[in-house]
Amino acid sequence: MYDAGKIIVGLVIFLLLITAPVWYNAASGQASYAPHLEIVTDAKACVAPTDYMRTSHMELLNTWRDEVVRHGEREYTAFDGTVYEKSLSNTCMGCHSNKAEFCDRCHDYMAVGRPYCWDCHVEPKGGSQ
Amino acid sequence: MLENALRGDKKYWGWIAFLLGVMFVGLLFYLHQLHYGLGVTGLGRDVTWGFYIAQFTFLVGVAASGVMVVLPYYLHNFKVFGKLTVLGEFLAIASVIMCMLFIFVDMGQPFRIANVFLHPTPHSLMFWDTVVIFGYLILNVIISRVTFSAERKGIAPPSWIKPIILLSIPWAFSIHTVTAFLYSGLAARPFWMTAILAPRFLASAFAAGPALLVLLCLVVRKVARYDVGREPLQKLAVIITYAMAINVFFILMELFTTIYSNIPEHLAHIKFLYLGLEGNTRLVPWMWASSILAVISLVLLINPRTRKNETVLAFACVVTFLSLWIEKGLALVIAGFIPSPLGVVPDYWPTIPEFLISMGVYAVGFLVVTVLYKIAISVRERLAA
Amino acid sequence: MSVDRRKFFKIAGLTALSLASKPAFEVFAEGVDPVDSTATIPPPTTQPTGPLTAHRWAMVIDIHKCMAEHGCTKCIAACHLEHNVPDFGNPKDEVKWIWKESFGHAFQEQENEHLHEEMKHQSVPVFCNHCDNPPCVRVCPTKATWKREDGIVMMDMHRCIGCRYCMAACPYGSRSFNWRDPRPFIKEINPKFPTRTRGVVEKCTFCVERLAQGMPPACVEACTAQAMTFGDLEDANSELRTALRERFSIRRKAALGTNPEIYYLV
Repeated sequence: MYDAGKIIVGLVIFLLLITAPVWYNAASGQASYAPHLEIVTDAKACVAPTDYMRTSHMELLNTWRDEVVRHGEREYTAFDGTVYEKSLSNTCMGCHSNKAEFCDRCHDYMAVGRPYCWDCHVEPKGGSQ
Repeated sequence: MLENALRGDKKYWGWIAFLLGVMFVGLLFYLHQLHYGLGVTGLGRDVTWGFYIAQFTFLVGVAASGVMVVLPYYLHNFKVFGKLTVLGEFLAIASVIMCMLFIFVDMGQPFRIANVFLHPTPHSLMFWDTVVIFGYLILNVIISRVTFSAERKGIAPPSWIKPIILLSIPWAFSIHTVTAFLYSGLAARPFWMTAILAPRFLASAFAAGPALLVLLCLVVRKVARYDVGREPLQKLAVIITYAMAINVFFILMELFTTIYSNIPEHLAHIKFLYLGLEGNTRLVPWMWASSILAVISLVLLINPRTRKNETVLAFACVVTFLSLWIEKGLALVIAGFIPSPLGVVPDYWPTIPEFLISMGVYAVGFLVVTVLYKIAISVRERLAA
Repeated sequence: MSVDRRKFFKIAGLTALSLASKPAFEVFAEGVDPVDSTATIPPPTTQPTGPLTAHRWAMVIDIHKCMAEHGCTKCIAACHLEHNVPDFGNPKDEVKWIWKESFGHAFQEQENEHLHEEMKHQSVPVFCNHCDNPPCVRVCPTKATWKREDGIVMMDMHRCIGCRYCMAACPYGSRSFNWRDPRPFIKEINPKFPTRTRGVVEKCTFCVERLAQGMPPACVEACTAQAMTFGDLEDANSELRTALRERFSIRRKAALGTNPEIYYLV
């Protein structure tokens, strides 16, 4: 290999640079920080268990989207038998009307700040800051 | 091989810097378009395709025309085009890249482009156009790379490349045929709904593409002191002559059928182009210019004495290219939308952002051509030395 | 979709069967926070009437009834309010789902110098024809627009790549493109229905969202002249078929073979 020394040093610098955020967070103790999400509804249950919603709400929404728009299947029967309308604006935002303290906080934390859902779907008034 | 493109004189780097500058300006305006929406263009509810799609259509033709050097060389063993084939293939590659970029900048949701492949739709001509154009790019990259590496090493190209080259010949015809089908299959647009649209596209492509290639060869001779020789250019000139004559013939066919049959919905588009419609004379001077240029082109090309004079030939190529660009790279797409299917006469003209974005795409194409030609010429000069 | 989720939905479905009669939102609605009144409370999904269904949706428009209401635009207003259709105030950016077109523009091949006075000066409502053989569907490269089993030509604005091929293919000019962000140009946002984003095509969907809730299309409901009849073309006893049997009807550019499903009674 020509210029092995230069290449290896270059690679090391490159790796350090792209992993910089990880080191920064580890050093500043931010890694253990978790966002606090406010739930404003008194409803006892969501359309699916919290763990599932936390990890997979986007898949559920994508499935809902295709089922409603493409197949006209608009009713969703939850794990406890409750029937919901498959609708982000009309069902999800019914309980989670505080987009800023619920959706955005976690999306910002996960660095998925601007899911394009909101380009079209209307968030409840007063929900954002 | 790429290192050859990194060595050059001041003029070379000046040209590269200029192209990068144009690309940068185009990129800035594209970011603006991305943010604001396609409303930055002159397009609107009635004229929904314009300058971008017209350039795409025109450049598919330039890309397909590479076959006009590949076919004689590989199918008829026409050795005169030996030095030219790789230049033709490189021009095709640059044109296909520009085609793709023009489609990309025309899309309302460019980041969803993968949907075309995630949800393949065989009943859509646009799906097939994407497939054949991607395929043509891949074919040309493989062919030019393999044959040129062999040339560089002074050996014969591997035998497996031959069937791929043969495949590329009908493939070239297919890209422009499918592109014509995009238009000619629409009952809503009488101006495009003509069975000779694909033959017309091929004829104009086989005149405009080789005309550009002749001009590029003359530029290369002057700038890089690399001469492909007189004979291949003269042979290209003959191809351009026939293709241009056929193209003009086809246009006259269209005019006869439309005017004599006198169906108002068909006639309106021709009126818009040559006379203007309800006060909209936007394309009238352009169309007459194109017609006059076509006549000059034919006079200069058909007459052997003028055609054989290289200076006149260069002029004839410029004239041919301009005439065809106006016809296909400007008027063809716009006139399909004017008047609208409801009989409304909208107006359209590209805006400054639209024009600068287009120039950015052209700069990308010129950069690709420059770099590839530079490599080809450097390698050949070394082989000759 | 992962296998786990399939399982999850299956179990959910079985549970639902055992509780089928339970009113849908009772449990849920009680707990809704009352911060916002604009539409945060989900509507009950089990309407008393149930969704409206048909084998083949179609519409009949009585041109005379419509023209008698000189310059009436109730259908347009209702539709555009319901669907958050913006008003840009210029023809270039214009988005419209339903609009009024002069008779001569709507029916070019029927125009003549000595046309009936009413037809000459009045306009007719036009919108997506929900063609039985829709050219827009044929050309769409991503299946973002397709024909549903009940005949409605539907549009998936999530999938649309904004190539506008459908707009070139539609002989009726029924499709609009979002040349720019429509939100600032919507006077009054209906929070129950999404707006659109830059770069997608949109058009009339025969109000699929209302049909699912047992309501007729917004334009039909808004038309006080009762010029619009919406119904099942395959139901020989429907009001729609009766009207077609009894009166002479024309369709826009039927000669193109698109088989438009909006019939105009003249």
